[in-house]
Amino acid sequence: MITGNSFYNAQDKHKGILSWILSTDHKRIGLLYLTAMFSFFFVGVILGLLIRLELIAPGRTIMSAPAYNAVFTVHGVIMIFLFIIPGIPAGLGNFLLPLQIGARDVAFPRLNLMSWWFYVSGAAVILISLFTGGGPPDTGWTFYVPYSIRTGTNVTLAVFGVFLLGISSTLTGLNFVTTIHRLRASGMTWLRMPLFPWALYATGWVQILATPVLALTLLLLIFERVFGLGFFDPAKGGDPLLFEHLFWIYSHPAVYIMILPAMGVVSEIIPVFARRTIFGYRLIVFSSLAIAFVGYLVWGHHMFTSGMSDLSKVVFSFLTFIVAVPSGIKIFNWVSSLYGGSIDMKSPLLYTVAFIFLFSIGGITGLVNSALATNIQVHGTYFIVAHFHYTMFGGTAFAFFAALHFWFPKIFGKMFRERLANTAWFFLFAGFNTLYFPMFILGWQGMPRRYYDYLPQFHTLQVISTIGSWILATGLFIMFYNLISSIFRGEKALSNPWGGVTLEWKTSSPPPVENFEEPPVVTGAPYRFR
Amino acid sequence: MNKNNDHTIGFKTYIAIWFCLVVLTAITVTVSGLNMGRYGALASVLIASVKAALVLLFFMHLKYERPFLKLMLLVTICTIAVIIGLTFFDIGVRY
Repeated sequence: MITGNSFYNAQDKHKGILSWILSTDHKRIGLLYLTAMFSFFFVGVILGLLIRLELIAPGRTIMSAPAYNAVFTVHGVIMIFLFIIPGIPAGLGNFLLPLQIGARDVAFPRLNLMSWWFYVSGAAVILISLFTGGGPPDTGWTFYVPYSIRTGTNVTLAVFGVFLLGISSTLTGLNFVTTIHRLRASGMTWLRMPLFPWALYATGWVQILATPVLALTLLLLIFERVFGLGFFDPAKGGDPLLFEHLFWIYSHPAVYIMILPAMGVVSEIIPVFARRTIFGYRLIVFSSLAIAFVGYLVWGHHMFTSGMSDLSKVVFSFLTFIVAVPSGIKIFNWVSSLYGGSIDMKSPLLYTVAFIFLFSIGGITGLVNSALATNIQVHGTYFIVAHFHYTMFGGTAFAFFAALHFWFPKIFGKMFRERLANTAWFFLFAGFNTLYFPMFILGWQGMPRRYYDYLPQFHTLQVISTIGSWILATGLFIMFYNLISSIFRGEKALSNPWGGVTLEWKTSSPPPVENFEEPPVVTGAPYRFR
Repeated sequence: MNKNNDHTIGFKTYIAIWFCLVVLTAITVTVSGLNMGRYGALASVLIASVKAALVLLFFMHLKYERPFLKLMLLVTICTIAVIIGLTFFDIGVRY
């Protein structure tokens, strides 16, 4: 085992904080992303708790209606654009992709640093937009016209911030796709590549091909607000539906930017803790690519009640049902991988199993949304809010937490406290379901999303949901306390504490600057246990 | 460095392509004055595509690149085609 040689001790021409924010080392950039993202995540959680506190009783509780509109908008913008889209790829992907494919760094290290700076600039612009001009945007994170054109709040600046974040995301995708094409270790053929890099590869293509559409859409919105061009204004020959099309052409594939890396994480963790090879490696690879491909063709299902033609609705509904197939393939493969394995229920696997359970609920309720008849009932209700929190939080964020625990020893060279991690998991899992499951019922009963006030019959479930938010916040607090304190006080980790077989476990914890002492050579499939 | 990048294109070729682009621009302007109804847009898009193809192939040297790079570009073009196609395929049956 190599000691004292970790990238934390690297000699750089810069010292102190500059050796981080000007570093082109993918590991340092990954940690920069993780730090920034979880700082914003913390703000998003606080805003979420405020939303729930406001809704604990009908009428005004702690804030005015306009403030509530701003709070849920900023909660959405932060959680989507600053946390979950960069999320696993920019943070853990940056750290682990080169390690897993046996490379020294990503293909374009300087571009990688530039991506982070674009991310930070975009975040800064969004933060400035909250306190300048007409105040924080109040449109919801989707910036739908015509309201986003008419509102006096600071939409233009916030949208420009998101535009900058889009550049960051595109460059990261480009970097990863190139890295995977060019820098795989000797002997690592495409079908010997671990599944997390495969997921990042599929994600990278979505980032490259879909994000520019968002960038253009947001620029059009800015032009519309500043110059009154009329792309989305029927009085000038435009069409508001065009904005919805353009927005969701990006934002639905973006859902797969969020979830595909999470699926990659799950595919890494399960073989290690089941001590057996992954079931259906090729099908998992194929289904990642299929999700990335079909994910492009389904955006219209966000617009079933927006006034599209019936023909469009039928086609988009059908395509949406198809995208459930590769997701189902993955679920069955993961469960089959556990079957017959020697399961060691350590905390990374515990979070992973929670992912499978919660994501399955999120996925199956997605089919309720994609069926045309039921969509009319649940569109724009709490059912949707519950559905996307089950996929994005129960799915992506739980996988993110699983990944943080799984790779924590590799990243920091320390171990966290296992029992505390399990305690945190219990609070997170219980709090999550208490918070979001009542929303399915509320939505089915007709409670619209984004409403400040509600009818008395919804009160009980709203209270339960708010109590859930406190349990969930307790879980988050315990988890972050455990992880952060373990960075400083944790026991020293071995280079391979879980007995993993992919390349990142063959180097020291934390890895040296160059990642490997000798360039690794790959001679077989990635998940060979015994 | 890819060997193919060393390919030099003659001055004459550049002039010829530039001349083609000017002629196609003139055709675009002429077509827009013909009042062809909904086919006018189709004609403009087709001419613009030919112009873009000429720029990509000669000025941006795509013609002399490896097939793999051409395939990558084809993926992006197909993506745009699918996106535009799915947005507008119902144009005949809209309310």
